[in-house]
Amino acid sequence: MSRHDRYDAIIAGAGHNGLTAACYLARAGLRVLVVEKNDWVGGAAVSRSLHEGWTYSNCSYVCSLLRREIVRDLELPRFGLQVIPYEGGASFTRDGDYFAYFSDHDALRREMARHSPADADAYARFSQTVMRQCRFIRPFLLRNAPDPASLRPRDMGELLFLIRKAHGLGRRELAETLRFWTLSIGDFLDEHFQSDLIKAHLAGSGIIGTGLGVYSPGTAYVLLHHYMGDVDGTIGAWGFARGGMGAISNALAASFQEAGGTIVTGSGIDRFLVSDGRVTGVALENGDSYAAPVVASNMDVKRTFLKHTDRKHLPEDFIRAVERFKIRGSSGKLNIALDALPDIPAAPRGAPFLRGDMHCSTSLAELERAYDDWKEGRWSAEPYFDMLIPSQIDPTMAPKGKHMMTVFVQYAPYDLEMNGVRSADNWNDDTRKAFADSVFDKIAQAMPDIRDRVVHAEIRSPWDIENEVGLTEGNIFQGELTFDQLLFNRPVPGYAQYRTPIAGLYLAGSSAHPGGGVMAAPGANAAREILRGLGKAGRMPDHAA
Amino acid sequence: MPQATRKSHVPVGAIPTPLHARLEALSTARRWTNWAGFVSPLVLDTAEFEYFAIRNQSTLFDISPMHKYRITGPDALAVVNRLVTRDAGRMRDGRVGYALWCDEEGMVIDDGTLFRFSDTDFRLCCQEPMLGWLQETAWGFDADIRDESHEIAGLALQGPTSYSLLSDAGLAAAAALGPFDMAEIEPGLVISRTGFTGDLGYELWTAWDSVADLWDRLWAAGAHCGLRAIGSQALDICRIEAGFIAAGVDFQPAHAAVRLHRGRSPIELGFEKLVDFGKGHFNGRRALLPQRGTGGRHHLARIDIAGFKPAGGALIYHRKKKEVGHVTSGVWSPTTKRNIALAEFRAPYGRTVTDNLWVEIYVNQEGQWDRRIVPLTVVSEPFFRNARSRATPPGPF
Repeated sequence: MSRHDRYDAIIAGAGHNGLTAACYLARAGLRVLVVEKNDWVGGAAVSRSLHEGWTYSNCSYVCSLLRREIVRDLELPRFGLQVIPYEGGASFTRDGDYFAYFSDHDALRREMARHSPADADAYARFSQTVMRQCRFIRPFLLRNAPDPASLRPRDMGELLFLIRKAHGLGRRELAETLRFWTLSIGDFLDEHFQSDLIKAHLAGSGIIGTGLGVYSPGTAYVLLHHYMGDVDGTIGAWGFARGGMGAISNALAASFQEAGGTIVTGSGIDRFLVSDGRVTGVALENGDSYAAPVVASNMDVKRTFLKHTDRKHLPEDFIRAVERFKIRGSSGKLNIALDALPDIPAAPRGAPFLRGDMHCSTSLAELERAYDDWKEGRWSAEPYFDMLIPSQIDPTMAPKGKHMMTVFVQYAPYDLEMNGVRSADNWNDDTRKAFADSVFDKIAQAMPDIRDRVVHAEIRSPWDIENEVGLTEGNIFQGELTFDQLLFNRPVPGYAQYRTPIAGLYLAGSSAHPGGGVMAAPGANAAREILRGLGKAGRMPDHAA
Repeated sequence: MPQATRKSHVPVGAIPTPLHARLEALSTARRWTNWAGFVSPLVLDTAEFEYFAIRNQSTLFDISPMHKYRITGPDALAVVNRLVTRDAGRMRDGRVGYALWCDEEGMVIDDGTLFRFSDTDFRLCCQEPMLGWLQETAWGFDADIRDESHEIAGLALQGPTSYSLLSDAGLAAAAALGPFDMAEIEPGLVISRTGFTGDLGYELWTAWDSVADLWDRLWAAGAHCGLRAIGSQALDICRIEAGFIAAGVDFQPAHAAVRLHRGRSPIELGFEKLVDFGKGHFNGRRALLPQRGTGGRHHLARIDIAGFKPAGGALIYHRKKKEVGHVTSGVWSPTTKRNIALAEFRAPYGRTVTDNLWVEIYVNQEGQWDRRIVPLTVVSEPFFRNARSRATPPGPF
């Protein structure tokens, strides 16, 4: 028998942003329902056990961007969230050398100087510039993107805030800001550094999750997007959520449920119910339907409006803007259970940088070629990857003495080319295996015995990520983080403040400002906007208000 | 996989200087700090007695961790003059000069000592790593920049009996050195009459692997001069007494500060006399011109504070109401028996407005906090200066 309950607000999708919005609304006293298509919550912030004894952070795998204001407001540590910073990172070369990123300042200087004496000082200047930009951006994450065309007092206020912040930067930094938002990470690194290996190591943050190459304009901002988080106030630091990224979603879900919220899993949205231009509720695939005057979609903007909303309710220009919203799948993921720590001949045993992010890309040229493959519809012959073994730090991820490895791989196309045909249907067990083989070949550059260590591996193509998590084309950011679709253009011009053409229907996912990453800011911002719409703005807690 | 090109792994953490074994043997306090990546003594025995050894006897301090750069070539003088704000063309060969250098916005990147061997050969000693900036500055000039940081080690021999000790160690030729003179007294050993204490003292510069022998030689000669090895804590009291500023304490090196507007100009730090606008272009000249004669937004000054409680970090008020600055370095001066400090003011306070200024000091008396508002006096001269520090030849004590 199908159910037909009534709520104050419904959240479609139990990703970290949906749960965050749900938490804020429930804590503001609303009766809130979260519906989720999978049997588990978390979306792309999820921990799952696919092989007895091991836990995988299946999608997102490290934590930094999660806004500390939200963590405090929603009391996530009380619900089990523990974030442990990790210590460094390394890029390994083909000839047995490496570049190590140390959290120890002196060791990092020595290591930079080992590769290029001038680069050690250059790094100090590079960090200063990047940190200044991060400090500039951070205050905007939990605010609405200013709408320059609006004369409403609140928009004028936001615009004034932006102008004052920008003015405070001074001429040189303001020029740098504009460059940062438009420049390629390759150009930016070439300005600062000489060593190919150091450049390759630092460039990764500029391309992760995006369908762009290191020399594509706009990638410098992507680097900033990865640097502007923090662990306990250390800007740019990354950490592991103890128990995997699902610990974040689980803490959010527990916080939500304590506040009286309801979560229904196992059936996705069939369609958003709309009447006279107003949302009235949701209909699920299993036939259940729920009514509410407010619905927030945690799904990306394409999925929300092109798949689950009747087109007749939407203005044509809006539809067209949503259709051209760039949300390209560019990455895959390997989650690997290891029977022991792989041998890494290049590095000293137990070196701290092995407990951080590891890579095997050695130059910007190599990274650009990896992108070229993707443009042609192939996975990269020499892939870039961001590889970590969190079980070295987090004892909960693997049985004692054994390890879990997460490998984020770029580039992998969504519409794979096979025999002249580009289609997501070309992803199957054979192509998945061939894709994984190319990654293992490259990992062997650093870890020659890697294949012998593998007990189980989950291989995820962009198609798998779309299919399971619901991210269109498997794009991890719910839309490219390029300047044309950031700030008041995110997701589409005129609808940057979480509202949509349908009254009462909001966007709460990363398609909205300030974009992707496990940040939870879009969810919190959407909740604030919803409460404002209900005349309950005062119920938003201090930190995110 | 070929392993031939594998290089050695870099050490992690603080590493020992060539004198570490000797220092460790002397260290009863076992209090170390990290100075530019090296293990450096904060206190070897007792900061108080180390301080009095500086002012009464002779002391040795390992200054090997300082960054040292050699600037050589036909355009060396031009490079140096583009770098620093003072005119190195007016220094004689064999002289050492205190110098500051700025970015193009006129903000101090660092300060240090400039050694002029000749107009084609200089050495720069400083706190911050400077290779990248020196290379940028030297671009287009016919000059070579060499990082000597790990080739040249240094020893600071400071105190009233330091000349006696040098002569007992067979280095009496140093008698001819006036303040800020330097000479190669023996092959491979440069001695400069410089220091961070404001008293008679020398700095000895030699090869990284010879400095331990030099230490032993001085140590053997030092018995009747009361020679004592010291840590940086005792030295810090002396440098405040002498009115010397410290990077990262009294000013924030412009390249290291992340927050905006933390930089300070040499004029704001009180060194307008070391800014030579007449020598042609130098880094930051254009930005500094408007401050010429009028000062900047801030003003660093020496202050004498009433009462006896050191005022490190204290806020400063005008008429006890308006916050106008803060203490950057504050200490009780055991030699001058004054409560002294360096303080940064928002101009015009401390520069032209010098009366009715108050320091707010919080004192923890065994668990009970007391707040005191005490008056301050702006002082124009260094707190500590004496005749022996300038006498040439120097006296025996």
